[in-house]
Amino acid sequence: MTRRRMILGGSLIGGALIVGYTATHPMQVAGAILQGGGSDPGPSAFGPFVRIGSDGWVIVVNKQQEMGQGIHSGIAAMVAEELDADWDRVRVIEARNNFRAYGLQMTAGSNAIASNWDAMRNAGAAARAMFVAAAAHRWNVSSQSIEVRDGVVSHPGSNRSATFADLLEDASRQTPPQSPTLKQPEDYRLIGTDRVHRKDSLAKSTGAVIYTQDIQRPDMLVAMVAHSPRFGGTLARFDASDALKVKDVVDVFAIETGVAVVAKTTFAARRGRDALRIEWNDGEAEMRSTPELIEYYHQIAAGRGDLEPSDFGTKGENPGAPFDGDVVEFAFDFPYLAHAPMETLDCVAQVDGWNVSISSGAHLATLDQVMAAIAARTIPGKVDLEVVPAGGSFGRRGIMSSDYLVECVRIAKRIQGRPIKLIWSREDEMMSGYYRPMSHHRVWVQMGADAFPARWRVHSVCQALTPIGPNFQATEGITNSPYFSTASTVDGKIFSPSFPVVVGFWRSVGASHTAFVMEHIIDQLARRADRDPAAYRRTLYERAGDTRRIGVLDELCHKVDWGSPLQPGWARGLAIAEAFGTVVGQVAEVRLVDGRPIVRRVVAVVDCGIAVAPDQIAAQMEGGIGFGLSAALYGAMTLKDGIVQETNFDSHPVLRMNEMPAVETHIIKSTSRPTGMGEPGVPPIAPAVANAMLALTGSPTKSLPFLSGNALSNSDVSSQS
Amino acid sequence: MSYAISVNGQIHHVEDDGQTPLLWVLRDTLKLTGTKYGCGVAQCGACTVHVDGTPTRSCTLPLEVAASARITTIESIEGVEAQAIRDAWVARDVPQCGFCQSGQIMSAVALLRTLKTPTDRDIDVAMSGNICRCATYNRIRAAIHDAAAQLGTAR
Repeated sequence: MTRRRMILGGSLIGGALIVGYTATHPMQVAGAILQGGGSDPGPSAFGPFVRIGSDGWVIVVNKQQEMGQGIHSGIAAMVAEELDADWDRVRVIEARNNFRAYGLQMTAGSNAIASNWDAMRNAGAAARAMFVAAAAHRWNVSSQSIEVRDGVVSHPGSNRSATFADLLEDASRQTPPQSPTLKQPEDYRLIGTDRVHRKDSLAKSTGAVIYTQDIQRPDMLVAMVAHSPRFGGTLARFDASDALKVKDVVDVFAIETGVAVVAKTTFAARRGRDALRIEWNDGEAEMRSTPELIEYYHQIAAGRGDLEPSDFGTKGENPGAPFDGDVVEFAFDFPYLAHAPMETLDCVAQVDGWNVSISSGAHLATLDQVMAAIAARTIPGKVDLEVVPAGGSFGRRGIMSSDYLVECVRIAKRIQGRPIKLIWSREDEMMSGYYRPMSHHRVWVQMGADAFPARWRVHSVCQALTPIGPNFQATEGITNSPYFSTASTVDGKIFSPSFPVVVGFWRSVGASHTAFVMEHIIDQLARRADRDPAAYRRTLYERAGDTRRIGVLDELCHKVDWGSPLQPGWARGLAIAEAFGTVVGQVAEVRLVDGRPIVRRVVAVVDCGIAVAPDQIAAQMEGGIGFGLSAALYGAMTLKDGIVQETNFDSHPVLRMNEMPAVETHIIKSTSRPTGMGEPGVPPIAPAVANAMLALTGSPTKSLPFLSGNALSNSDVSSQS
Repeated sequence: MSYAISVNGQIHHVEDDGQTPLLWVLRDTLKLTGTKYGCGVAQCGACTVHVDGTPTRSCTLPLEVAASARITTIESIEGVEAQAIRDAWVARDVPQCGFCQSGQIMSAVALLRTLKTPTDRDIDVAMSGNICRCATYNRIRAAIHDAAAQLGTAR
């Protein structure tokens, strides 16, 4: 257990009482190595996550990265609830990297609410207990007789009260309790209410928020890098003579990932880069085109390759035995998908000898710190990382190699002593890979006499997202499918080809394609059995004992009045998927105009345990639906002779205002621990739309995106026009 | 070459190539970073500013053209429409990542200055040039309606 010894006599930093401490804990060894470059003020008397200003304002230190998902408000609400703070006098600051103070700083897997649920409530409750103890001592009354509400500590018996500011010095001398008493959910005043607003809406409506792109430093230079147009290509030779003639270009040099152009302004860097003459070595590069890759995947799935698959979800005796009787076959192809956050990739870094200082919208801060140290050939403890809000990420800033950040550090290491702002153009971002991997799924279902699946065979082909270990991300969403419940055997095999196109985490990861496979198959099986798709699912959920999915399905059917007629030409489609422990159901209302799906309305139901910030849950549902629908309609990164063809928003359309459906979000009441919401809104929308299209036309969707115009276009859809 | 450029009511003398897009003059030279780079090809709207009152993509507007106009950026957009839009944006918690919102607001303010009570169709037309990858579109639409209603009540 952690034993903490508080050392008093702190100093006032930024108007807040910051008190030093020492601690002993096994993690402190790691902390000594990983602790950031020292700009982080470290824990206050109230622990690492809570500071109280001398004006009584509560400052919550958010160790998670704010990339739009509103995590800062959820983190702050958990603290403020237990602290009984005045929500209007709570503000949030982003933690710098400081492993010793905050532990791992990784924002991924929609886990920031779930993983902080205990720590943030405890932080708030411990601080509250310190104010209560201080008041009890000052007024010479029992702690039990003290109340706290909206930042005011009171003793109703004697009609005395004091603010956090009044009690700050005394409170900060108290020892924080190790296991403070936490509220019961029925006593919440803030959590679960619409009072939990974002704290950044005004700053984000005035242009005042400083993203990485906006950082200005004295003496700063801007860098752009020419990358190989092909994955796996390397620099053969380059001629910088014209680039160096461009006004305000300062330096041009080769780095591991290409040729860096350093200039006084962004436009000069861009012009300098345009003036480079580069020869790339494509000896190890990916040279194939998308149709060849699709064919390659089909061959692999058919067993005509030398890749050894690994099993997933396999159950029953002799699962590999041939199927017989009533067997239904399916095949799906899904494309590479780019993240395309509004802010392209960028980073500010300065290297002075051993010391590295970085500002970036980094959401794997602890990992980024280590990767930066390796790049700069220093130790992680010499890397100081200021985490700033990111203009979106959707997983792109959360990749294991920290590619853009490392690239910036390498340039800064070469320049030495001056801040470097690395800016990637939109084309750089879209062509850079780390895509949601393309995948191919072949599925065979042997039907039982009851018209439910008796045996499943799922053979999937998908690059692995991590270099070691099983390729579990590729099969997330299938492995524990409730639709396997009635099956006597499941034969799951995942083939993981490896080639130079780099893949990564993309909002909702594996479920972004596996949910489509399962949910679109289930609708087709229901239709085949002449059963209503909602009722068909319900039977399978009952057999699986999946009470959460049943709850979501029932609420969804109730909210949309499932089965009631729509106007001619419109149909509903239903899909339910679980991602990162959160169950989401969506019903889309769709019609087809010239084969193009028009989605006018989506009703969504979510079970994410206790709803901490309900309006932000709704916001993430709206955003997840828009993001998922954008990919389903248009998303595909295709290769021609190894070169990415979609390079900006003209060749890569995304969802716009006129295409956004109305969204209604309903949250299942729950007393279970909260689960995440950043990603789970994404997976159901594409299959919900496909299921509505199936209801309209009888034709299944076999590949995404829905709209034609590239190599992965859907012939079934376009043939209907 | 030197250009005198009117930005937010002030004349700035800028020494730069006339082909430099206004966006980079605003961001790198004048340090007005509220206007964002998102695509560089006038497709996403993150760089929207007002040029003589008209919402315009600054990423493709050369300095030599911009120099003859009055430029307004997110930092100093003012007036009843701007205030109503901002209030509505905050009340509805419109922004998520927020990166596109400067451009969204510049387009929305221009819309309300032209049409007092825009329909959904009007909003589609005026706002479809502004991409939001967080898909805050429904809240943007609702906030524009809120702002229009608030201005209607105030009149």
